[in-house]
Amino acid sequence: MAGIPHDHYEPKSGPEKWLHSRLPIVGLLYGTIMIPTPKNLNWMWIWGIILTFCLALQIVTGIVLVMHYTPHVDLAFASVEHIMRDVNGGHFLRYLHGNGASLFFVAVYLHLFRGLYYGSYKAPREITWVIGMIIYLCMMGTAFMGYVLPWGQMSFWGATVITGLFGAIPFIGEPIQTWLLGGPAVDNATLNRFFSLHYLLPFVIAALVAVHIWAFHTTGNNNPTGVEVRRGSKEEVKKDTVPFWPYFVIKDLFALAVILTVFFAIVGFMPNYLGHPDNYIEANPLATPAHIVPEWYFLPFYAILRAFTADVWVVQLVSFVTGGIVDAKFFGVIAMFGAIAVMALAPWLDTSSVRSGRYRPMFKWWFALLAIDFAVLAWVGAMPTDGIYPYISLLGATYWFGYFLVLLPLLGVIEKPLPQPATIEDDFNSHYEKPAE
Amino acid sequence: MFKKLAITAVAALTFGAGAATAAGDSGHKMHDVDFSFEGPFGTFDQNQLQRGLKVYTEVCSACHGLKFVPIRTIGDDGGPHLPEEQVIEYAKNFSVVDKETDEDREAKPSDHFPGSALENAPDLSLMAKARAGFHGPYGTGLSQLFNGIGGPEYIVAILTSYTGEEKEEAGTTYYENTAFPGGWIAMAPPLYGEDVDFDDGHSNELHHESEDVAAFLMWAAEPKMMARKHAGFVGVLFLTVLSVLLYLTNKRIWSKVKGPKKKH
Repeated sequence: MAGIPHDHYEPKSGPEKWLHSRLPIVGLLYGTIMIPTPKNLNWMWIWGIILTFCLALQIVTGIVLVMHYTPHVDLAFASVEHIMRDVNGGHFLRYLHGNGASLFFVAVYLHLFRGLYYGSYKAPREITWVIGMIIYLCMMGTAFMGYVLPWGQMSFWGATVITGLFGAIPFIGEPIQTWLLGGPAVDNATLNRFFSLHYLLPFVIAALVAVHIWAFHTTGNNNPTGVEVRRGSKEEVKKDTVPFWPYFVIKDLFALAVILTVFFAIVGFMPNYLGHPDNYIEANPLATPAHIVPEWYFLPFYAILRAFTADVWVVQLVSFVTGGIVDAKFFGVIAMFGAIAVMALAPWLDTSSVRSGRYRPMFKWWFALLAIDFAVLAWVGAMPTDGIYPYISLLGATYWFGYFLVLLPLLGVIEKPLPQPATIEDDFNSHYEKPAE
Repeated sequence: MFKKLAITAVAALTFGAGAATAAGDSGHKMHDVDFSFEGPFGTFDQNQLQRGLKVYTEVCSACHGLKFVPIRTIGDDGGPHLPEEQVIEYAKNFSVVDKETDEDREAKPSDHFPGSALENAPDLSLMAKARAGFHGPYGTGLSQLFNGIGGPEYIVAILTSYTGEEKEEAGTTYYENTAFPGGWIAMAPPLYGEDVDFDDGHSNELHHESEDVAAFLMWAAEPKMMARKHAGFVGVLFLTVLSVLLYLTNKRIWSKVKGPKKKH
């Protein structure tokens, strides 16, 4: 691959040359797995492998679950119980798949915040970042539709509430909602199309992951210093990097094993911990649950959706200016998608020339506050909409937008960054003794 | 960075708890019951499940159903584990509509338990999970790892919290029950104590009967619980060994590149 100079695959024997001149697939795999990787990567760089594993786990367990699942409103709930009771190992597969989604999102949020802290989104890695955000959107869609499939109470009412968001779009909202649902309300047509898309999207994600990897293999990995690998010669490169195999493969596998230990403890000993008890009641269009709460991984954005109520002055102003076309409901929807859009725009909003948060004394604190803000939003997203909670969500949502739209552009101008190491090698040597020969 | 990581992980886990707590609160005090199947190594008590099955058969099944539970599973190892001939005998308690002939016939072990006989009596197959962590301090948050999910506790509370008060509204009689959200339930007190004679001579006081049927309903909701915990334990054990091996491998590989950490 382009970018950092390194040794390429050289076919030696006859058959190798024969294949290489026709399809250089071995060379491609060699280049991918042997890519020079900054040797100072810390433990926050493990999440990529964890995420790849999650995608594989979800696809493999999902394909087996589909063999026993029936996407029909009268049969779906019973077919899930059939999986839980009659299919060999079915109960464990289903719990792996359900909790696998949670592991997927834990990993993606840590991966994402890693990128935000170390400035991985900055030039020249904007494409990697934007594709990552598209993958994240696809993940949310897949997870949401997957949760509808067991056809429990939360499945049904979650689907009703979320598709209702599209109904809030002025003029074209209702036709869009009907088109999404395949009818006037959540019903068999909805279940069938969600099932189809839930099966399709993971493969779209897999393709996007390949592009994501392609993009950052072209630019090279970012690293905790944010200083680029020297590219003058292969010798220079060797001082800053080590090959991905075996150094980072083994390191990442070790991290994966530790995380999976915790994961298996949750699946084995408390698999319903992150789920809603209500989803063990079959969907009933006539009985609305007292609290409709999305899965934990949607809560921060759900909180932003609910933060902008009709009594907030910004909402009133926008409503007045647009002559009532943008009402509180639609404003909330814009805010929710906007919260993700501003993240995707981070490469162009951040004006600082320094990449890593390590050398940005002011940024560091605002970033820590953003992480806390995210946790607070997630917490308040699960709370009822009365008392103090709406104020907390509004405050949290305001900071979220403030961070990306005001702080990131501003900090780059007013902040005085700390001195950065000249090279990755310098940074590495200042942290570690020379290895014993 | 590790600190940050730990905080995020804890935060992620607490959200689940938050969601469960938000799901319902009646203010009624639930009492934890020390069931044998709670905790990572808890197992179902076969005798208790058989007693609970008897309570279900003689009392609950008059109105409620267990439509997702195949009758044959009461012979399963890890469940009530009745001998095969008793399962065949037991199935004859129920009559089902034959799918092919559309006629009523005696149930066979391969059939499921019938659904609810009374329209407004909910099916009990998943009740222990559907009411998990709902109405009390048990089963919410991380304590469920040791105290169970709280659903069986809720069932015990419902069965033992009748005050004896009744009222009539629009032709329906409601019974005061301090464990039920709202305080009034349409179900008449199903158990008074000494309703069922247990074959093993176990006490049939009200709270014993309630605990036995709650344990049985936990099994009905999660029949593969013991297999699941076993698989989880094997997984954790295997992955721990693998982690240690990978840790050592990683250390060895990197020793050529990276020396010990400098002290600042």
